[in-house]
Amino acid sequence: MDDKDRELLRILEENSRLSVEEIGSMTNLIPAEIEARIHALEESKIIRKYTTVINWEKAGNAEVSAIIELKVSPERDFGYDRIAERLSRFKEVRTLRLITGTYDLQLMVSGKNMQDVSRFVSEHVAPMDRIRETATHIVMKSYKENGNTLFEQQEAERLPYSF
Amino acid sequence: MRNFVSDRAREIPPSGIRKFFDLVMTMDDVISLGVGEPDFRTPWNICESGIYSIEQGVTSYTSNRGLQTLRDALSARLASQYQLKYSPDDEMIITTGVSEALDIAVRAIVNPGDEILIAEPSYVSYAPCVTLAGGTPVPVECTEEDHFRLNPDKLLEKITPKTRALIINFPNNPTGAVMKKEDLEPIADILSDKDLLLISDEVYSELTYESSHTAAATVKDLWERTITLNGFSKAYAMTGWRVGFLCAPKDICDAALKIHQYVMLCAPVMGQVGAVEALRSAEDEKTSMVNEYRLRRNMFVAGLNKIGLTCHVPEGAFYAFPSVRGTGLSDVDFAERLLKEQKVAVVPGSVFGRGGDYHLRCAYAVSRKDLSEALTRMETFISGL
Ligand SMILES: Cc1ncc(COP(=O)(O)O)c(C=O)c1O
Repeated sequence: MDDKDRELLRILEENSRLSVEEIGSMTNLIPAEIEARIHALEESKIIRKYTTVINWEKAGNAEVSAIIELKVSPERDFGYDRIAERLSRFKEVRTLRLITGTYDLQLMVSGKNMQDVSRFVSEHVAPMDRIRETATHIVMKSYKENGNTLFEQQEAERLPYSF
Repeated sequence: MRNFVSDRAREIPPSGIRKFFDLVMTMDDVISLGVGEPDFRTPWNICESGIYSIEQGVTSYTSNRGLQTLRDALSARLASQYQLKYSPDDEMIITTGVSEALDIAVRAIVNPGDEILIAEPSYVSYAPCVTLAGGTPVPVECTEEDHFRLNPDKLLEKITPKTRALIINFPNNPTGAVMKKEDLEPIADILSDKDLLLISDEVYSELTYESSHTAAATVKDLWERTITLNGFSKAYAMTGWRVGFLCAPKDICDAALKIHQYVMLCAPVMGQVGAVEALRSAEDEKTSMVNEYRLRRNMFVAGLNKIGLTCHVPEGAFYAFPSVRGTGLSDVDFAERLLKEQKVAVVPGSVFGRGGDYHLRCAYAVSRKDLSEALTRMETFISGL
């Protein structure tokens, strides 16, 4: 892991579809070296996955999301890990984090509609052992996801020439 | 009626790109590599601090020198980053961009008939500023063989008894050239020996890609004979905020302040507030902009060389300065035909003075996507010649 690896990661995080030739011209590394480095980063699970940021609402397939906060009684020897890992197996759970503050776990859950989400929470999450309290917040609108703003921004006016 | 336009104003030649400007306005789908400013938005924390200050009613004049908080922060930053020591109280003026700093610096030091040397190719406002101040601009050519650095021998050749000062700009607009400490040392010796002043425009100091910037005033004993100009436009993508600064030994600074107080009064207060925030907490954003420029530079310069426009590697600023000599066209013809035939706007190098002809200034402060489309169009253009 060195500065060149970190530079590759920054480039890929922003656009993972660039070819090794394109990355090569930007970094002055030869394609074979880039391939080797990326392979190593994948093997060591620093690169977890290549994915796409999609505005599903625009694609006519809007989902309903909710933030679910849970108070959990930790288990002896395991703390929050076992219950958190169990919860993360549900495909509805998109993000799951252990947090400080009033609640312990925070989940981002999504489903086709409101009923879907509330059924998931009431049937699968709330009844679990060790879950003492839940709070559900339905997401009304998303303005930014993972560093990507989802609203249209006006292009700033730039002169075609300036010295 | 008489012609009321002054001789001096008339002496200033019209802009070398007027016709390009008019042409581009009639066209759609142009990719412009002609813009000398960052394509990034100002980091949001800086914008937010400006908005907040307006809400708080911070809308009046500041002291002529500029906000004390800004000068204090700047003085500390220059010392820690460049070992450049300027007192915030009497060796520094906050100006309305480097543009104003340059103007008041020149006016503070030029007597009628003085010759002011300008290392060219250079930013276009140096010579007119000198002319307006009653001086005579004298170009010193920086050549491609010297990687567009200022060659001490060429400098010596141009010095006469009338010479008063030298204006340099590294990292350079339009060539991207950088002068390191060892390149500046022989220049320092000459300036001391001939008792000349140096005006060093370092507005691209934060945009270097191979090594960190050397401030001219830190080289040998240049400090006592240097006016350092710099600003926030390029490093923090703040061109429209209009904040720059002038640093110089007290006597020169006092003279420049007299001019500044009458012609400008003070730099815009919102800009100054934004600049304080820029120094306080925009380093990460600045670094990621610099990283992005570096990637673009590497890909663009490699692309230019591949399509036959030879280009030295620019170590700073955000300009590539390829040669068009191999194409048989002059820089002006190349730029005009490229715009008309392939809709790519670049600036002909001769606009930037001596040593610029047969070159193009291509600003790579545009998205990578546009850069690679521009390269494709340029390749098509060249193969059709
Ligand atoms: C070399 C050089 N000096 C000064 C300026 C003007 O900068 P400012 O926006 O601070 O007036 C520019 C802008 O393009 C420049 O390239």
